[in-house]
Amino acid sequence: MKHTVQVDNVSKRYGQLEAVRGVSFALPPGETVALVGHNGAGKTTLMKLMLGLIHPSRGSIQILGENPAAGEFAARRRLGYLPENVSFNAGLTGRELLSFYARLKGDSPERALQLLDRVGLAAAASRRVGTYSKGMRQRLGLAQALIGEPALLLLDEPTTGLDPALRQSFYEIVQELRDRGATVILSSHALTELEERTDRVIIMNRGLMVANGSLDALRRIARLPTRIRLRLTEGRPARMPDWLDHDGAWRPINGHVVEFDASPERKMEFLRQVMQGGPALDDIEVVPPTLDELYAHFLRSQEDAR
Amino acid sequence: MKSLWIVAIKEIQEGLRNRWVLATTLLLLALSLTLSFLGSAPTGNVGVRALDVVIVSLSSLSIFLLPLIALLISYDAIVGEVDRGTMLLLLSYPVARWQVLLGKFCGHVAILAFATILGYGATAVALAATGTPIEADSLFAFARLIGSSILLGAVFVAIGYLISAKVQDRGTAGGIAIGIWLLLVLLYDMAILGALVVDQGRTLSAGMLNLLLLLNPTDVYRMFNLAGSAGVSALSGMAGIAEVQTMPAPALLGMLAAWTLVPLAGAVLIFSRREL
Repeated sequence: MKHTVQVDNVSKRYGQLEAVRGVSFALPPGETVALVGHNGAGKTTLMKLMLGLIHPSRGSIQILGENPAAGEFAARRRLGYLPENVSFNAGLTGRELLSFYARLKGDSPERALQLLDRVGLAAAASRRVGTYSKGMRQRLGLAQALIGEPALLLLDEPTTGLDPALRQSFYEIVQELRDRGATVILSSHALTELEERTDRVIIMNRGLMVANGSLDALRRIARLPTRIRLRLTEGRPARMPDWLDHDGAWRPINGHVVEFDASPERKMEFLRQVMQGGPALDDIEVVPPTLDELYAHFLRSQEDAR
Repeated sequence: MKSLWIVAIKEIQEGLRNRWVLATTLLLLALSLTLSFLGSAPTGNVGVRALDVVIVSLSSLSIFLLPLIALLISYDAIVGEVDRGTMLLLLSYPVARWQVLLGKFCGHVAILAFATILGYGATAVALAATGTPIEADSLFAFARLIGSSILLGAVFVAIGYLISAKVQDRGTAGGIAIGIWLLLVLLYDMAILGALVVDQGRTLSAGMLNLLLLLNPTDVYRMFNLAGSAGVSALSGMAGIAEVQTMPAPALLGMLAAWTLVPLAGAVLIFSRREL
């Protein structure tokens, strides 16, 4: 089995609405994948298809070498899922629920209960889940997804409701899983947060996959300019030197800082010029196009192509 | 198979926690004790065996109450979990939909069984403790009452699941459940009575009446308990009918079992095709 996830030309139709249209991708083990798109772009449908909760109208899906909707459960034992807005049976305690899920997965409840510790819920383990805050429910959701050392994790909006410290520890857990060879699929609106933590980005729009690749690859395709900020020691002169005015594309940020847009191939040359012959500088900041910008770019180009 | 029991145990655990078990048991206990001790006072010592009186009152009570309780536990079982989003997570686990449904069924019927055995059984114990003589014959009829009451509960749990698997929101499920209860428990018998009065025995034969009664699980239950043993049927005024009706007890039990299995199978079928 070369790929953990193999999606081939998959479409899913709900009556008139085609929620996913002709999507194909393959994900190797040990990759963290960001699934990005507006609400209604088809992210959740895609996750449900990968879980085998719904059948594709067309195309085929292989998860850990198995068709997830076929009713075979070998693959599901090695799969963790955190739904968007996770909810639990409010009457039971955190410990009872986690043991229940562990038994269903064929894992020992004792081992699963250690996960409560890991997500910082040990103190609340014997409280009823009905009394939990949103963040605590989310943590319990994460704990149940981690039962049985999954080889594939599907996390739908995993960090909503988590405070910054918990977000950090959440991504540490994801990192650990990835290092063990698990494929992790994250969907999120918080693009900046995903940026440094993903090996691959899949952008969805209106059921179509508009981009699929590493952040670097997408940057090369998109050819978006890199932003370069210079902090000038002397303050901004009345008129910028000609060579700095290379495309006319510079913006004053304040009295000391100016910002340039440099195309990918001009970037190095521009920086060299600044270092060699430019004015005295306090600082240089180089900001490659963010995931936010890439996302906007790919959506725009797809909308234009329609 | 193991997953089925895991789901069943969780269902019982939840029933204990949200006090369904407690409420149902106390309700049945209180009503059956009231009925047997207040209800047996007027009969005095005129030779009626007290437990037979209790059986008549309890089976009339069960016909109204058990279907209602069973529907209340079950109408929410699928549509409610889908609504709250807990079903989505559960089905991402290595468990088949039929296992989820049958697991819930086992759990809910176990809750009903527990409440019935404890609630009604306590009455029998209380009667014996207060010195009422109980004959083996009556005791057997009482055991039949408890067993068939659990079966009646199972019938309506299965009907509740069928509703729950079919509809899209909880309010609709609750409305349909109450409607079914009214129909099977009250309206059906009224309609038959009305038809009998209007017809004056011209076209409705005894055989046809039997058939009509067999089509309603609550009537099957009534026939089974009220006409089932000589002592009870004499008390319940069913003696006359009991001679006419030729339904043997196994056939009646079979009918109740069919009323459980058919809706349950339907619920499994509809649930496994449901899109989440």
